[in-house]
Amino acid sequence: MDFKFTIWILILPTLVFLFTGLLGKKMPAKISGWIGTASMATAMLLAYKTAYEYFFQVGFVDGIRPTIFAYKEVWMKFTDTLVFDMGILIDPISVLMLVVVTTVSFLVHLYSIGYMHGDQGYYKFFSFLSLFSVSMLALVVATNIFQIYFFWELVGVSSYLLIGFYYDKPSAVSAAKKAFIVTRFADLGFLIGILLLSFHAGTFDFMTLVSEDGPLLAQTAPPVFMGLSIFGVALSLIFVGGAGKSAMFPLHIWLPDAMEGPTPVSALIHAATMVVAGVYLVARLFPAFQGVDGGAVLHLVAWTGAISSLFAAIIAMTQDDIKRVLAYSTMSQIGYMMLALGVSGMEGHHGLGYMASMFHLFTHAMFKALLFLGAGSVIHAVHSNLMKDMGGLRKYMPITHITFLIACLAISGVPPFSGFFSKDEILAAAFEQNKILFAIEYAVAGLTAFYMFRIYFGIFWGKETVYKHTPHESPLTMSLPLLILAIATVFIGFIPFGHFVTADRALYDIHIDPMMAGASVGVGLIGILVAYILYKKESTLADGVSEMFGQGYTWAKDKFYMDEVYQFFAHKMMFAGVAAPVAWIDKNIVDGFMNGIGWITETFSMMLEDWQSGRVRQYAFSFILGLLVIIFAVLYLNGIIDFKG
Amino acid sequence: MNNFLLMRDEFVLLGIILLLLVVEILLTDKDKKNVVGIATGLFALHTAFGFMPLGEGSMFGGSFQTTHLHHNMKNILNVGVLILLLQTWTWARVKWSNRNRLTEFYIILFSTVLGMYYMISAGDFLMFFLGLELASLPVAGLVAFDLAKKRSAEAGVKFILMAGVSSAVMLFGISLIYGITGSIYFTEVAQSFHLTGLSAIALLMFMSGLAFKISLVPFHFWTPDVYEGAPVPVSSFLSVISKAAAVFAMILILFQIGKGMTTVWKPALFWLAILTMTVGNLFALRQKNMKRFLAFSSVAQAGFILMGILAFDEMGLTSVIYFSAIYIFSNLATFGVVQVISLKTGKEQMDDYNGLYRTNPKLALVMLLGLFSLAGIPPVAGFFGKFFLFMSAAAHNYYLLVIIGVINVTISLYYYLLVVRAMFLRKSDKPIAFFKNEWPVQIGLALSVIGILVLGMYSPFYEYILQLASN
Repeated sequence: MDFKFTIWILILPTLVFLFTGLLGKKMPAKISGWIGTASMATAMLLAYKTAYEYFFQVGFVDGIRPTIFAYKEVWMKFTDTLVFDMGILIDPISVLMLVVVTTVSFLVHLYSIGYMHGDQGYYKFFSFLSLFSVSMLALVVATNIFQIYFFWELVGVSSYLLIGFYYDKPSAVSAAKKAFIVTRFADLGFLIGILLLSFHAGTFDFMTLVSEDGPLLAQTAPPVFMGLSIFGVALSLIFVGGAGKSAMFPLHIWLPDAMEGPTPVSALIHAATMVVAGVYLVARLFPAFQGVDGGAVLHLVAWTGAISSLFAAIIAMTQDDIKRVLAYSTMSQIGYMMLALGVSGMEGHHGLGYMASMFHLFTHAMFKALLFLGAGSVIHAVHSNLMKDMGGLRKYMPITHITFLIACLAISGVPPFSGFFSKDEILAAAFEQNKILFAIEYAVAGLTAFYMFRIYFGIFWGKETVYKHTPHESPLTMSLPLLILAIATVFIGFIPFGHFVTADRALYDIHIDPMMAGASVGVGLIGILVAYILYKKESTLADGVSEMFGQGYTWAKDKFYMDEVYQFFAHKMMFAGVAAPVAWIDKNIVDGFMNGIGWITETFSMMLEDWQSGRVRQYAFSFILGLLVIIFAVLYLNGIIDFKG
Repeated sequence: MNNFLLMRDEFVLLGIILLLLVVEILLTDKDKKNVVGIATGLFALHTAFGFMPLGEGSMFGGSFQTTHLHHNMKNILNVGVLILLLQTWTWARVKWSNRNRLTEFYIILFSTVLGMYYMISAGDFLMFFLGLELASLPVAGLVAFDLAKKRSAEAGVKFILMAGVSSAVMLFGISLIYGITGSIYFTEVAQSFHLTGLSAIALLMFMSGLAFKISLVPFHFWTPDVYEGAPVPVSSFLSVISKAAAVFAMILILFQIGKGMTTVWKPALFWLAILTMTVGNLFALRQKNMKRFLAFSSVAQAGFILMGILAFDEMGLTSVIYFSAIYIFSNLATFGVVQVISLKTGKEQMDDYNGLYRTNPKLALVMLLGLFSLAGIPPVAGFFGKFFLFMSAAAHNYYLLVIIGVINVTISLYYYLLVVRAMFLRKSDKPIAFFKNEWPVQIGLALSVIGILVLGMYSPFYEYILQLASN
């Protein structure tokens, strides 16, 4: 069985990107939308065909699911052994991602036809969507770490274009830049990690990197840094890149701001695709993470995930902007996935975390896209992101209401909705490995149910808001994707996921432990109940409770001052005259040279100014002085002179 | 006699220069502007002719040497010069045709290119120095070409003074090397050039002259002033062709005489690299004038090139040449846009570019690609160029350098995005009105864009250089 046809999954969106990008202006706006949607529908069907053939026709070879290279072409030869390939790799997780990305992308395309209706840059929007989709798809089928990095950056560029799509809005533009530069900063780690890994392992290739007798796992390298070997350091750095894209603490600061982009974009990028790229990266290199230095790096992954999920859940409880709640909720859920990978082993039951993580990635993609699209539908109707402008919408928007409710139940882990199955497995995996991590995640499960139902009741129940224009249900192109995703959310939990994706790629049967299931459902129901009491009816109870928590509530509402902490450090850096790390919070630099940073910058600038005076005498002096310094330094380094006399 | 054909490129170019002299005499004043077409056409032929295979060998007892590598370095320069000539088409015709100085421009320009050929092909210090001076002195004439402008003349004076200082220091270094080794031939120098205090001083003094041409910090101070004062095509020429030629010369000479002296020049270049990228970037952050902005950006880019030189093996050599070629195309794209806008509107400030995408989408896109390539964003070629440089440096355990380099790439991303933001995201009350460029200018811009795209996408180019470098 060859998978040559998979190349069309990449070619179709590329063609659409070029076609609508170049000619979109000249044709009626609608056409570009429908072309994009049609091509993505085709790509989706091809992805399903791939999944069917891979899982059911190829099946198991010697009891495990094989890796198939549909394409693997040499792109550039760096040295004889170190080669850049471009290709398409088919294995359980890449097929999983193909299905997820094409499905969500297709639905977002369809949804956008209605949502972006009448927007000036209609064709541009669809062209960017295609660019993003193809970058993401090429990322997930990467055969080697160079290809993943290449498309990783391209995903960054296209998300920059999409988040900043409303370029009239200064907040959108600055959010786009923040997202781009923060993730780019994290990518520094990724890049250095790749360089280290490829040179010490001598290859970019995933298969070689993760194979048991490959250079990475067969060699034992001496520890070089904090007990980690050079490979451990490289993997940690690569994880930093992944944490940046996946908005893990403390590199998450870009995600809430990125909500300035159009809502369908959030559903695509910030729910199902780009933000899980970090999880995918860890899963892709999982045997290496697991094997190198006895899995030390996985502890980092697990704790980063746990802290992020708790941190984000707490903030999510206090936000009034419904898209921001969803953004923090995404961060929290991705924390779950990271944690699950972090506590996972390789074989059989020990690999439960890996399976659960991928399962959660799958279910989360569906219900979170549903939540975002539902939120978009609400925003479309009431023209506001803020919960205070909503209330009682169940009467006006029945489809949005029911589908949103299903998604909320799913994310809260209520059976039989899909989130229950995957979250339950994660909790079980955490319980077996580390009780503290389990306790954190268990608490987060309760918080999740609470904050999701807080916004659910706030939007669809609560006070009877009087609307200027009576809200109405969204058009079919928008409600159809909601219905499809809702159906998926109800049913995909029943997929015997262990039959498809496992760490060791062998067959694994999921057992649901009634104790664990009962406990996790219980805490979810408690969260829902508390939200019900506080927010079902308009009451002062909620304010009373938040007053009770006093200072803590304020801290959480101000996101624990994370942005301020960043600013503080950035200012400090400027003191030292090293402008480098400042780039990640751009507002200080953007406006900083004009007003923000004050006299320190002024002095610094003045110093530079003096240096570049325009006086030739001084230039010649610098020339000679520079040369002398170099000469003395070099002579000293070579031991030809020393300054001790 | 057969041997003489090894100097084919040089002879052809010299022929063109002489021919232009004759053309200048024959043309009536009315037809003077046709010089632009003649000179550009001749150089285009020369460029095309240059791609014909050329043998390897040396002449004049080793003073002049050429291999496929040398030959292709010249080809890269030729392509760059040709693009530049096309981009300056309108500038030359509109601005200089009635002043009887048009031919001068081309003769001086081609003379410097001829000097660069000799720099690259030099087999001894004398030939090298002659080439260097031929490539430097006429540049002062180019910088001061806009005599009516005070700034242009001032920049010319600055350049010639600084070039004088650097030449003096360099020549002193060469004479020391001659004193130590008793020879000026690279091959002979290499045999008896070993680490002593004097030889270290000599080598560093020699290299400072090249550092001046490449604009390494702290030998870069002339760069922004001269770029700003000179006519834009000349700034473009200095930042691209002149710099690339000096980089080629430096790496070739180090390969020939530097083997025994790595403990001298490696630490020097290591710190120069760090200084150059960091200082260049910090200055670029604050610039409001596009020419100064690009000047500092080109200083910073030079710092990255040093990473490949430090690697000092065929991989490093390949990545340096590859990056230089990409850099030529990228910078020509950005400078090309700055140039046409400056010519049409006289505007050179970054704020003037607000809303450019709405009025001149094509120019904005060319600029975008050029900036993306300079910033190293995939899928354009600059990404690969930087990646290879980092890899060669990492291969030789220059991790500190790689880390600082990558941080600098992130800073540079920030200020390149400033221009992108101005063009695409900002609105302006008085945007630059739409204008159309003459077809040669369009071709010039298109070629630079094609270069940016193709060099990244099409890998055999890299492999070809690698193959050349391995020999």
